[in-house]
Amino acid sequence: MNSSSIYRPAGFDFSNEIRNNFLHEKGLPLPGATSTGTTIVGCLFKDGIVLGADTRATEGPIVADKNCEKIHYITESIRCCGAGTAADTEFTTALISSNMEMHALQTGRKPRVVTAMTMLKQMLHRYQGHIGAALVLGGVDITGPQLFTIHPHGSTDKLPYVTMGSGSLAAMAMFESSWKPNMEREEALTLVKAAIAAGIFNDLGSGSNVDACIITATGTEMLRNVEMPNQRVQKERDYKFRRGTTAWRKEDIRQLIVQEHTKPVGGDEMDTS
Amino acid sequence: MPGSMVAMTQPVQQSFNPYTENGGTILAIAGSDFSVIAGDTRQSEGYSIQTRYAPKVFRLTDKAVLAVNGFAADGNMFVKKVKQRLEWYRHAHAKDMPIRAIARLIQTMLYARRFFPYYVYNILGGIEEDGTGAVYSFDPVGSYERETCRAAGAAQSLVQPFLDNQIYFKNQTPAAGTQFPQHLPLTSVLPLVIDSFTSATERHIEVGDGLEIYVVVASGSTSLQGLQNLRGVQEVTGTTDGERVFVIRRELKKD
Repeated sequence: MNSSSIYRPAGFDFSNEIRNNFLHEKGLPLPGATSTGTTIVGCLFKDGIVLGADTRATEGPIVADKNCEKIHYITESIRCCGAGTAADTEFTTALISSNMEMHALQTGRKPRVVTAMTMLKQMLHRYQGHIGAALVLGGVDITGPQLFTIHPHGSTDKLPYVTMGSGSLAAMAMFESSWKPNMEREEALTLVKAAIAAGIFNDLGSGSNVDACIITATGTEMLRNVEMPNQRVQKERDYKFRRGTTAWRKEDIRQLIVQEHTKPVGGDEMDTS
Repeated sequence: MPGSMVAMTQPVQQSFNPYTENGGTILAIAGSDFSVIAGDTRQSEGYSIQTRYAPKVFRLTDKAVLAVNGFAADGNMFVKKVKQRLEWYRHAHAKDMPIRAIARLIQTMLYARRFFPYYVYNILGGIEEDGTGAVYSFDPVGSYERETCRAAGAAQSLVQPFLDNQIYFKNQTPAAGTQFPQHLPLTSVLPLVIDSFTSATERHIEVGDGLEIYVVVASGSTSLQGLQNLRGVQEVTGTTDGERVFVIRRELKKD
């Protein structure tokens, strides 16, 4: 029987692994993935959860995206902040979001935050940390407001205030000094904004704007770019180039409209009546 | 037996790395009768900011300014040693060392440490004895060259191509019957320097916080007019006659 099959299994494709390992042994560096630097936080308050994130994505010391979205949709009342490898956080949250929707349809109930947390930790643990996603999961379900962190190897924590990413220490400093139980919505949002700002200004891996998301039993409010403390400054000059600045080797002007001349040959034209 | 015990222990390699990289970027541009030397003021290690104000550009004499970038501790020590040598020169000769002599001095000082180098990229800017603007750039072990413009440090790969295009007019064809100028006036150079740093701040995480631009102007230069009514300018000239040195301080984004 032929070894090639039309059947492709679901999930990751490992068919290049042997070749890539061989190439790596020969000294070819493997391509690096984008972003580890991030500040993401979550905070419990009187009637819900506030999630926060910065908007900088990096590739080593270079800023790859100045205004990316790190608060991902799981369900209407559950959201997830992602730090680590950008592709991993995006794909894992999208996959779990999809599975949560299927689960909701299957059970006919509003899915719970623990369900998402369990699905995420089981998936991350299955891949033994190779999926570089560090997550802050928050939401409100039948059991009330829930807040978790999930590490790339699959361990989880359930805490009233959490931070993750390279700016986690700067952000946690704000929580440790100012968090208190049963805060009001505005108070919690201000604290989350201050925690993200601490990451933006004191951690080089984090920067640009503040995103926040408030989840309560009555609804979810996504606050995209609630704070924009790093507006681009006006350039001193404009850099318009004179027409003809770019050198060229040859010039070839072609007519795009096709001119067609038809010359009837032979006797009468065909009878088309 | 003590002899067999020694044979059983495996050798353990101990290691200590005396160097670190402190980020930041410097650049210098020479005009016909002036020189501009600039650097940001952020000092960082890894993802942490050590300080938002650590100068990387230093006035050596009224005709020479030195910018250092790389390992900050080595940079500060190196500037200190260069300044000391220049003071000895003043005591011996009752005048400031010419910039081309300072350049050669820096070369020998760097090469003296060939096998334990100062982990620093130097850019020396100022006024030559003939009154022309000069920029000398060095590698960490003393190879140097006189140039019209040079960027070094974390955002060198971002800034140098921009300078090549805007100062040397690389990849630009002049309008028929015209030529690109050999030197730009100070009024065009300063905006290019400021834009270089604001742009590097946007895209490089280690660049930001503050900007210090030193301008060395030859005596009797017409470039002085453009400086007088500039925002945030301060004169730092040491003597009354001859070249004049100015600093322009600006804020950069702090994220």
